Amino acid sequence: MIVSARGLQQTTNYKIVIPFYAYAAISLVVGTILLFLHTDVLYGHYFNPKTLAIVHTMALGWGTMVILGASHQLLPVLIESKLDSEPLAFLTFLCTAIGIPILVYGFYVFNLGWVAQLGAILVNIGVALYLVNVISSAFKSEKRNVHAWYIIVAALWLFSTTFFGLLLLFNFTHSVFAQNSVQYLSLHAHMGILGWFLMLVLGVGSRLIPMFLISMYSNEKLLWYIFVAANASILLFVSTQLFSLPFAVYCLSLISALAGVGGFVYYCYRSYKVRIRKGVDDQMKLSLTASVQMLFPIAVMLLMLLFSKNDSTKIATLYGFTIFFGWLTAIVLGMTFKTLPFIIWNIAYHKKAHKGKTPAPKDLFNESVFRAMQYSYLAGFIIFILAYILEIVWAIKLGALLLLIAACLYSFNTFKIILHKPNKL
Amino acid sequence: MRQDLPTTNDREKCDKALEGLHYVDDPEVGLNVVDLGLIYELNFNEPEKKLECVMTLTTQFCPMGDHITSSVTDSLSNDFPDWDISIDLIFEPAWDFSKISPAGKDFLGH
Repeated sequence: MIVSARGLQQTTNYKIVIPFYAYAAISLVVGTILLFLHTDVLYGHYFNPKTLAIVHTMALGWGTMVILGASHQLLPVLIESKLDSEPLAFLTFLCTAIGIPILVYGFYVFNLGWVAQLGAILVNIGVALYLVNVISSAFKSEKRNVHAWYIIVAALWLFSTTFFGLLLLFNFTHSVFAQNSVQYLSLHAHMGILGWFLMLVLGVGSRLIPMFLISMYSNEKLLWYIFVAANASILLFVSTQLFSLPFAVYCLSLISALAGVGGFVYYCYRSYKVRIRKGVDDQMKLSLTASVQMLFPIAVMLLMLLFSKNDSTKIATLYGFTIFFGWLTAIVLGMTFKTLPFIIWNIAYHKKAHKGKTPAPKDLFNESVFRAMQYSYLAGFIIFILAYILEIVWAIKLGALLLLIAACLYSFNTFKIILHKPNKL
Repeated sequence: MRQDLPTTNDREKCDKALEGLHYVDDPEVGLNVVDLGLIYELNFNEPEKKLECVMTLTTQFCPMGDHITSSVTDSLSNDFPDWDISIDLIFEPAWDFSKISPAGKDFLGH
């Protein structure tokens, strides 16, 4: 007779999490198809229908949806308490899943009136519910560690970004702001990139990377330092945009971002150095590559400062590309195959582990396909950047095609895991 | 004394339990819980037929924690069918490298 098992963390129901992963995989394919079809618009100003559609497919459909899924799953790990409301998490999925394609369609056909606004309202409802869920979960926990603060602040920045985006859309049809919405695009983008994506990747990555490397490295002081540096960077940037502050404040914001990202790269490096498991799998290698890729956009930003008078549009596009198709995509491509197989494996084999030899979680996806995806992605990313800088049109298409292939291979493996049927033991 | 061996009040029964637990793997690491040094204590209360297993996880936030503790319980129930089994999951002292057996270190590439 079994008496008890004390001291366990509670996990989130897989039914809440899986739809986010599936949705994100499809969005990645859609995003890379759009990129492949519309490489011609990339030398123009980024405020054009096709670029807006690509950016929002990648930022919301891909990056945000997969991170929302993973964060619902990892919330108990991060805040050391259970998710407060699973129905609220389901409603978050429902609203964002319906809202994103409407919003993207609105951008694609350049209907910034009711179509895009309806999509944005739905996205905002979904994000607001997520924010409520994160805050109520975190504040029901007895203690809030540094990781909990990362996720709380990231959720706040996400809502600030989507709400500001909604106001920008209404500003096209009603007079909400003093200036044209295009003047505020950089502010909207950076609230999302730094506040939401960077903050969450730093918070979640600093917990998951040592965990998957089986590293004993921990440095809470450094994580607080990164937290302060990253938030200072965003606040300084927002201030420069809103109040036309001196150029020096903008530079300070950049230095602060560099300090935060540099601190995170150092944290990953230290975790890697003192890891217990010597062999590092391909999924972790891709995720660690992403931590280095984080420095790319900052390098491009420095280029922007130096050469902005000559070619600011080109550098701005390159900057956006190194974020959405760079570190953000790389870390998700790697981390998906560290988290999703465990979720499905737990469902399939949780009660069967002692009945015979079960497959390992990594056996749930095809490793050769993963490797092909990894090479296709890295080749596509590098070729695209070089071709874009050198303005070689056919090579830009080739880079986009390789990214599309990587997206298809990613989706193949994602659905292979999701649709896995337990082996008979 | 080797740090990777669990403390016990009945070495013979403990060895029997450990034999079964050698088949319980941490799915992420691919190494069994005994060589990984996750089992801290196996306490047998013969008169009351109670077996208490004090164990840990590689990290307090291990998403496979539920699976690992269930598998340990299943293994112990299998070897001691008439006993009440309890798992006490503790994180103090925290698991570290010194708790891995020589065979485990070899497996992990050290």
